[in-house]
Amino acid sequence: MLATVIGFLYQFADTFAFLILSSVGLAIIFGMMGVINLAHGEFIMCGAYVTVLTARAGLPLPLAMVLGALTAGIIGMLIEYFVIRRLYTRLFDSIVATWAISLIATQGMLIVVGPSIEGLKTPFGSFDLAGLSFSWYRILLPVIALLILGGIYWLFMKTPFGVRARATIQNPSMARALGVDTDRVYALTFGLGAALAGLTGALYAPTMTTVPTMGSAFIVQSFVTVVVGGADVLLGAAPAAAVLAFIQSVLTASYGQLIGQVGLLLTVIVVVRVLPKGISGWMLRGSN
Amino acid sequence: MSIEHTILDVKDLHAGYGRTPILQGIDFRVGRGEIVAIIGRNGVGKSTLMKSLIGLLPSTRGGITFAGADVTREPANARALRGIGYIPQGRQIFPRLTVRENLMMGRTIGGSGREKLLDLVLRYFPILESRQDQKAGTMSGGEQQQLAIGRALIGNPYLMLLDEPSEGIQPSIVQQIARNVRELNRELGLSVLFVEQNIDMILSMAQRCYVMDKGRIVDQVAPAQLADDSVVRRYLAV
Repeated sequence: MLATVIGFLYQFADTFAFLILSSVGLAIIFGMMGVINLAHGEFIMCGAYVTVLTARAGLPLPLAMVLGALTAGIIGMLIEYFVIRRLYTRLFDSIVATWAISLIATQGMLIVVGPSIEGLKTPFGSFDLAGLSFSWYRILLPVIALLILGGIYWLFMKTPFGVRARATIQNPSMARALGVDTDRVYALTFGLGAALAGLTGALYAPTMTTVPTMGSAFIVQSFVTVVVGGADVLLGAAPAAAVLAFIQSVLTASYGQLIGQVGLLLTVIVVVRVLPKGISGWMLRGSN
Repeated sequence: MSIEHTILDVKDLHAGYGRTPILQGIDFRVGRGEIVAIIGRNGVGKSTLMKSLIGLLPSTRGGITFAGADVTREPANARALRGIGYIPQGRQIFPRLTVRENLMMGRTIGGSGREKLLDLVLRYFPILESRQDQKAGTMSGGEQQQLAIGRALIGNPYLMLLDEPSEGIQPSIVQQIARNVRELNRELGLSVLFVEQNIDMILSMAQRCYVMDKGRIVDQVAPAQLADDSVVRRYLAV
């Protein structure tokens, strides 16, 4: 009994962390800028590659991870400047453009770096409890996921940049008339979303094989969480991830991985039908 | 009027939406410390002129000189930093930000001495102090107008552009806002250019009036002349 409960909690926390981490970057870019970034998985891949390569070159792992996130963020800002900026009022064009960037990045990495590189060992080892084996690192990930959500909340609710960014989403031309360089706000927001995606890749790099197509391992979960959470990442991400992680963990524990995935996708279909604006849209209903 | 006494000088300004020209050669000046009104019927291009002055609508011909600098090609954010405060039609406060956060937005420009400006704004518009943590979208039209003016003031502007400040606001608040703007003009030497159809507000604020029609400035009248109904009918009646 104890083993079942502990096993379930571990599975739930692990799924919760994965859903939060895979979706925050996508959610910020979608929620703050209305851009559906199909290259999201490739920013994750970028963070993972930089982390693995620099860590194997001798950089301490935490620094390698920060470097992975920063690299993805800088590349994100460059892509915003050269591509996305021209497509802000053209939703479908921006979807096609980011999909193209995704294909170029995946195939480019395959040609330049090859099909796979030697990975990293998962740090901190593991421990046994109630006859089951648990990885310390995987227990740390949900904590990091919550810290990242807290950090995003602080950034957007408590800092001058956050106030300017929220004002820019609500009324870009008025923000501009008050002296805000809205182009810069968009560039920084896109860069932040890309950096968070890179950080996700960096954090999961020690737990999975680093391959050019690894972004696709995150992309379904990331879109599912954003659709269920809605446009407001601060309100929607945590409850969406909690609900989805609960459903997936229960089904996985009872019927196995496949049914867990099926249940996740069925939940999304139901949510889209009942709450078309997601959990945050439902929480904000009536307030403008 | 010499250059150093002119805060805003507009020459042959043309602007429009797409291929539709709205402003077709606007010429006028605002002196430092002056309160100037632009009056005219609905649809003659008054709001378009204001948008074009702050830089939200690019001009296709002509020029705008602000405080001696040619700002014709500058974006709105650069003009705001030079000291143009814009209070648009419909107020356009940020509805899902609190009153305090809306005021903070004005501080983007601020620079030094903004704490003193916040005190000043709260002294002129005490309602904002008691509503600091309220979402701005839940306030009444008159309160939102005061917030919009306060938000522009915190940027420490030399010139305030007010677009139809009386629109959708009850008469007692209109008078209060007019009085506040006059006092701000006296106390800070703030120049004001406003667009208005409400004759009471024009009479209570304006030192000079330009009349606009079909995208051009067609006449200049002294506010005293507007006390005469036949003059008002000629310029404002539909």
